[in-house]
Parts: sequence; C-alpha cells; structure tokens
Amino acid sequence: MAYSNKVLDHYNHPRNVGSLDKNDSHVGTGMVGAPECGDVMKLQIKVNPETGIIDDAKFKTFGCGSAIASSSLATEWLKGKTVDEALAIKNTDIVNELALPPVKIHCSVLAEDAIKAAINDYKVKQGADVSSLVQAH
Amino acid sequence: MKPIYFDNHATTQLDPRVLQAMLPYFTEHFGNAASRNHAYGWEAEEAVEKSRRQIASLIGANAKEIVFTSGATESNNLAIKGVAEMYAEKGNHIITAATEHKAVLDTCKHLEKKGCRVTYLPVMGDGRIDLDMLRDAITDKTILISIMYANNEIGVVQPIAEIGKLAKERGVLFHTDAVQAVGKIPVNVIADNVDLMSITGHKMYGPKGVGALYVRRKSPRVQLTAQMDGGGHERGMRSGTLNVPGIVGLGEACAIAQAEMPEESKRLQAMRDRLRAKFESALDEVFINGSMEHRLPHNLNMSFAYVEGESLLMGIDDIAVSSGSACTSATLEPSYVLKALGLGDDMAHTSIRFGLGRFNTDAEIDYVADKLISVVQKLRELSPLYEMVKEGIDLSKVQWTAH
Repeated sequence: MAYSNKVLDHYNHPRNVGSLDKNDSHVGTGMVGAPECGDVMKLQIKVNPETGIIDDAKFKTFGCGSAIASSSLATEWLKGKTVDEALAIKNTDIVNELALPPVKIHCSVLAEDAIKAAINDYKVKQGADVSSLVQAH
Repeated sequence: MKPIYFDNHATTQLDPRVLQAMLPYFTEHFGNAASRNHAYGWEAEEAVEKSRRQIASLIGANAKEIVFTSGATESNNLAIKGVAEMYAEKGNHIITAATEHKAVLDTCKHLEKKGCRVTYLPVMGDGRIDLDMLRDAITDKTILISIMYANNEIGVVQPIAEIGKLAKERGVLFHTDAVQAVGKIPVNVIADNVDLMSITGHKMYGPKGVGALYVRRKSPRVQLTAQMDGGGHERGMRSGTLNVPGIVGLGEACAIAQAEMPEESKRLQAMRDRLRAKFESALDEVFINGSMEHRLPHNLNMSFAYVEGESLLMGIDDIAVSSGSACTSATLEPSYVLKALGLGDDMAHTSIRFGLGRFNTDAEIDYVADKLISVVQKLRELSPLYEMVKEGIDLSKVQWTAH
C-alpha cells in the first residue's frame, strides 16, 4: 500500500510522543482500542486551569502507520484549543488531512474516540456529571 | 535502490543458470512436445523428458511419475479433487490440517460442498500435527490425507515419514504440498511413503507458471480424475500443451538444488541463526513462532511484541519481508497459521516472516538486523503497550475497548 506523504511524515517524525502524569487533575487520559484488534491509542491532554486551553497533548500508539499518524496529528490539533473546540474535531477532518484510504478510516475514528475519551477523563476529574460526557463511536 | 529481498517463501529470484537453460526453448526449439512426427516435436519432448528425470531424481521418484502442471495451486487441486472423484466409491473422507495453504484448504472446502467430509487437524504449539490425533481421525471412509511438508509462514516441517507410514498401514493415500521443502531439504517419496506431492518452480529459483505433481505408479498405483478435458496429455491426468521453456526451467532448478543443497542449506541456516541471535541479544520480548527443531533452514518467523507489524514494515521499506498482521493481509484478519499455533491476535499482529534465499549475503543479514532493531526500538518508544508492560501492568487484565 502506498502511504500519503503526510502519513509518512507523521510516521517518520511523530509529534508529541510521550506521556503526561495521569494523576494530575488537569490531565485527561484516553486509551482506546485493543491489542487483539491491532491498534491501541493513548492520548493525553493537559488543560490550563486559568485559560481552559489545552496547553499540552501527548500520545503513544500501537498500530499501523495510519494509526500513528492519526494520533500524532490529533495531538497537534489539540494544542491551543479549548476543550469544547477540541470536541469539534471529527474523524473526517483527519481522513481529509492525511488522505487516508477507506481501509484506514477506522484509524481516524479511533483517534476521534481517543480525543473524546481524554476529554471525558478530564471532565470527570473536574467533577463533571457523567451524563454530560460525550459518547465515543 | 531496490529493497533487500528476504521474502523467499513468497517467491524466489530466477537463477541465471535456469534462465540460460530456458532461453533456447522460447526461440529455436519452439516445438510442441506432443508433435510426434517431426524434429521440432522430438526436441521439445526430449527436453521435457530430461526435466522429468531431473525432478524425479531430486525427490526419489521415477520420471514417469511426474505430471506437469501450471504450479502448486493446480497440483493441489488436481491431487485432492482428482482423488476425491476417482475414489468416491471407496469413501468420502479427507484429513488435512489447519495450517495448510489456502490452495489445499479451499479445495477441501469446495469438496465439502460436494458431499465430502473433511477433518481439519489442529496443530500443537510448535506447529506440528499430533500423530495420535491423525491416527484417531482415520475412518474406513478416509481416502486421503493431505498434510504439507513445510509451512510457508513458519517453515515448520511436519513428521512426513511418520504420516506416510501411518497412511500406508491404513490404506489411505497421502498427498503432501511440498513447495516450500523441495530443493531446500532432502525429500524422498519412497522413504516418506508419499503418494502424491505438489511442487512448484518459482519457490526454488525456477520460473513462475510451472509446477509438477508426483503421482505414485507402484504400490499403490494412484489414479486421478482429470480436472480439465482436452488432448489427454500427461497420461490423461492433465491436458494442455506443455509449457516447454517453463518445464526446462523447473528441471534445471531441481538439478541445481540437488547439487547445491547440502552447502546452501548449511549457509542459509547459519545466516538465519545469526539473524535470530542479533534480534535476541538487542531486544527483549521477541518470540519465535513455531518449532526451531523441525524447521526449514532458511525460515525465521518472530513476533516483536508491542510493535504492530504493518508499522514495522513501514519503517523497513528497504527490506522485503512479510507480516502476519491483519493490516497487511487482504482479508484484514491476522495470520490463521499463527492463530492455529495458539498465538493470540495481539501477537500475530506483531509477527514478521523472514525467508532467506540463495542470493542473500552476510552483509544483508547485518543490515536487516540493525535496521529492524532500530525501528523496533523506535516504535516501542511509541507503544503504549510496551510502556504499560514496563510499568508492570498485566495487559491481559486490562479492560480494552474493542472496536
């Protein structure tokens, strides 16, 4: 399979690889996927308590190149956004940006789910009502 | 630069000596081997008979027992369907194994729709069948056992002589798909009591599009129902004008393999073992898939835990290998062979198959080992699973969100 240049770029130079302190109350952690399915994404955000803006985002991904690129791109997009703005990121945006073929769309879905899971975790830590949480796919 | 080729179970590079032998049969010696009344035909026939002898010599057969086909898929179809039809009055039960090539498994599935009963033997953790299970599976309706000589993914060699002995004792025909073994390790149809054996040219430095089926002529005399109607070539078992250049190439490939096998297999095994040792000394959490003891000398199949196979292949795009990862297969399912060994899907996703061949060098082993090690290390930095394992988390206890 031929990969788009953007997928190759993220694969060769992944942005924001690493981990944030998952016990920090301002850090939200999302872990989605399963090893048996061939992809697991861990995505973390750190929200600035004064501005409500995502100051930092980190990821680690077990998966194909498109899964790595989708989560790497997601961390790039998350930084500088408010939590509400971050929730507006859709998997189709990732598909378009990375020119993912149909067989790799699930990678973008997983990345969107990881964003939502991280935000939900953050909200729970901030004392949010469970009913206010967003649903993943 | 072209990628380093370590995918010799998929196909092999044509040996230049084979090409030289073939070339005249495309041009000046273009005759039809079935033309009985002129020199063009005689020349072609002579070349075909020489090839038959070369193939027979490599596998311990008689030249008359070699039937030419288009390749191993056709040989497997002809052997299994041909026996099922010819011996339908005797029985309708076939025994095969879960790790067979699709050309065998799908042929058996086809026959199931036509009323045959098929037993798919599981394999043990090392990839070999359990002979006791085979013995127990044989009934008075069993007409054929079809078990491959060596597996195309993990290189595991089945206990062929023991299977052959058992089949003979029970009066059941024994077919083996030997495409990965012939020309690589010693194979002898007499010693192994094999009745039918599938062979192909392109796995042993010969051309694509040509193969053979060994069909035993004595004790027992095996009969097959032809699967194509036509001019009755190949003792009526396989009609169609013979592919003379291809057949010449297959014969030459067999002759070279026979002459060079002792030295070549030793050399490739030393290279394979060095590759393995390099991985194991530089990386933790790497696992061999399948028996090392009963294995083709040029095969290595390893799981690099916590690194997904396709992403690994992406990082080594100057090396041609294949992976058991779902993402690299047409079906999006991880390797059914690895799953048959009892590997979880998670480990199957992280497997890489290395198939060494005649034209690989020691320098390539060093390059591939170093490159793969550095990519695995980089991807493990990226792997949440590797991080969790290093933190002491048991991944099997984690509540995953399957999708």
